[in-house]
Amino acid sequence: MKRIFSSAALAVGFGFFAAASASAQSFDETINNAFASSTGWFVTLIFSNFPGTSFPWIVGWLVVAAVVFTVYFGLIQFRAFGHAISLVKGDYSDPNDAGEVSHFQALATALSGTVGLGNIAGVAVAVGIGGPGATFWMILAGLLGMATKFTECTLGVKYRNEYPNGKVSGGPMYYLTKGFAEVGKPGGKILAVMFAIFCILGSLGGGNMFQANQAHAQLTNVFGPYPGWITGVIFAFIVFIVIVGGVKSIARVTEKIVPFMGILYVGTALIILLMNFDRIGWAFGQIFAGAFTGLGVAGGFVGALIQGFRRAAFSNEAGVGSAAIAHSAVRTSEPITEGFVSLLEPLIDTVIVCTMTALVITITGQLISDPATGNYVLNEAGTAIQTVGDVSGVALTSAAFSASFGGFQYVLAIAVVLFAFSTMLSWSYYGLKAWTYLLGEGKAQELIFKSIFCLFVIIGAAASLGPVIDFSDAAIFAMAVVNIIGLYVLMPVVKRELNSYWSRLKSGEIRKFV
Amino acid sequence: MTEVIVVGYDGSDVAKRAIDFAVRQATAQSGAVLVVHVLEWSAYSFLTPQELEERHGRRKEEIERAETALMAPLKQTIAAAGVPVETMIRYGHVAKTLCDIAKKQGATQMVVGRDGSGGLSSRVFGSVAGSLVQMAPVPCTIVP
Repeated sequence: MKRIFSSAALAVGFGFFAAASASAQSFDETINNAFASSTGWFVTLIFSNFPGTSFPWIVGWLVVAAVVFTVYFGLIQFRAFGHAISLVKGDYSDPNDAGEVSHFQALATALSGTVGLGNIAGVAVAVGIGGPGATFWMILAGLLGMATKFTECTLGVKYRNEYPNGKVSGGPMYYLTKGFAEVGKPGGKILAVMFAIFCILGSLGGGNMFQANQAHAQLTNVFGPYPGWITGVIFAFIVFIVIVGGVKSIARVTEKIVPFMGILYVGTALIILLMNFDRIGWAFGQIFAGAFTGLGVAGGFVGALIQGFRRAAFSNEAGVGSAAIAHSAVRTSEPITEGFVSLLEPLIDTVIVCTMTALVITITGQLISDPATGNYVLNEAGTAIQTVGDVSGVALTSAAFSASFGGFQYVLAIAVVLFAFSTMLSWSYYGLKAWTYLLGEGKAQELIFKSIFCLFVIIGAAASLGPVIDFSDAAIFAMAVVNIIGLYVLMPVVKRELNSYWSRLKSGEIRKFV
Repeated sequence: MTEVIVVGYDGSDVAKRAIDFAVRQATAQSGAVLVVHVLEWSAYSFLTPQELEERHGRRKEEIERAETALMAPLKQTIAAAGVPVETMIRYGHVAKTLCDIAKKQGATQMVVGRDGSGGLSSRVFGSVAGSLVQMAPVPCTIVP
């Protein structure tokens, strides 16, 4: 039955694209226009500014939350850092629980969902618009975001559902309903439903279209221009056979290769930095100067700040709630331990990987500055900094890496495709969880969502960067609006867990297994 | 105090020969046999979100399957031979887990089989028998 379904869907799909291929470029344009006009209102709503300023309220929302959690939990990101490392190493894991989901596995899976094109393409967008100064704000947002992630992942484990068949489901949908009921606050159910709706949009946007779009951008960068829907159809097909056809081997291979690509990426970036070590001081100078003056970028230092915070939030997803879904399957009797472990996620994702991208772009001199004033030169529209190859997004990162290592664009193309693919798989899962939360479990419901997901892969690859990135950000930030309300209400619960655990740890009641 | 012999068992023919050997030894020494089945597992492997969700249930299934298909029938056979027998199912690195159990249970001997194929993978990654030769805390017999 399943087989008939999938082959029918494929036949329809290919028929549709055979018809469309006659006017390929105009097909891309049609998708682009239709997409931009249908999502514009949503984007405007999420990114509207505080009245009388040019500061988007959503960025303030995320930063204020991160600061509140950082203060409320007493700089937990620094206090619990060492303990988080011991937890990941398995020092506190009961050997009798071997075979269950370990802290390391939960962290690795959550990371493979977040380390994606946000780190490679998103950072290039931030630095391309906000200048090197955006990096400073990005790192700060990453450090603060660790506290937000800690809060949401603790709640994700605490209020997860464990079913008789051994399956575990967790995430904001569950802590918004169960947690609110427990503390006697109304509205949990409504928030959970809103979160689920935004999560579905986010999974189609940032978790899907943005990935497909930038994977296509990198492929055209290497192989020369060709219509986006071709990449889209190929990607959609592979995603389809994995998530609908259940071809687990592809997913498993991706899960194994992605960490190594991540290490390769950071390693290469470090080598480039060492090759240019005489300019490292200058690059940090640019980052600090740009952070507070903007060095002539569009919007000045506020422009740098907004770009930095925006791309950091998009990349590490702190406060978005997605990580709470991924972390909730861990085997532990102490929900707070998974919170500690999740602290490491924004650190690795933003403070390490994103910063590498930003440093390489800055240090290899991709951004054109005026030697007389030291300020960056804007493009004609005044929206972004002029770059050496007149490129943006992933193409800018690619240019920066290739400037030091000829041929690195090929390695980067492979990394980009794999990162995009693993992020899509993770988000297809997050989206599916939200979808089945709303519509109930069932094979038919799952197939509908998975098919929609694959369709959006094609749209994402065919549309151009501007509308896709706006919609992706808007959808993901909409999740954060709902999720963070929940975190504020439930943070006393986390505080109780923290105090109880921390005192037992200090008294020696919780000990390492040797 | 009865002497305990730890035997690694995975249901293969060679593992059955290892059991036979251990049972003969135990009979001679009026000792007991502890049969251990280790499912290869690393806490540092990478899983998909779907696999994370299902892991707890899968583990339960795997243990139940090993218990009914491997351990229960074996336990009967050995008990019928008049040798006291215990069984254990564990997850982890096979050789390391066997050694840990031998130490913890105060075993006096270990017995494992080897497949003797010496294929490429065992050349690169080592085999259970090969590792035990290096690591075993008590005398270890390798049954061909």
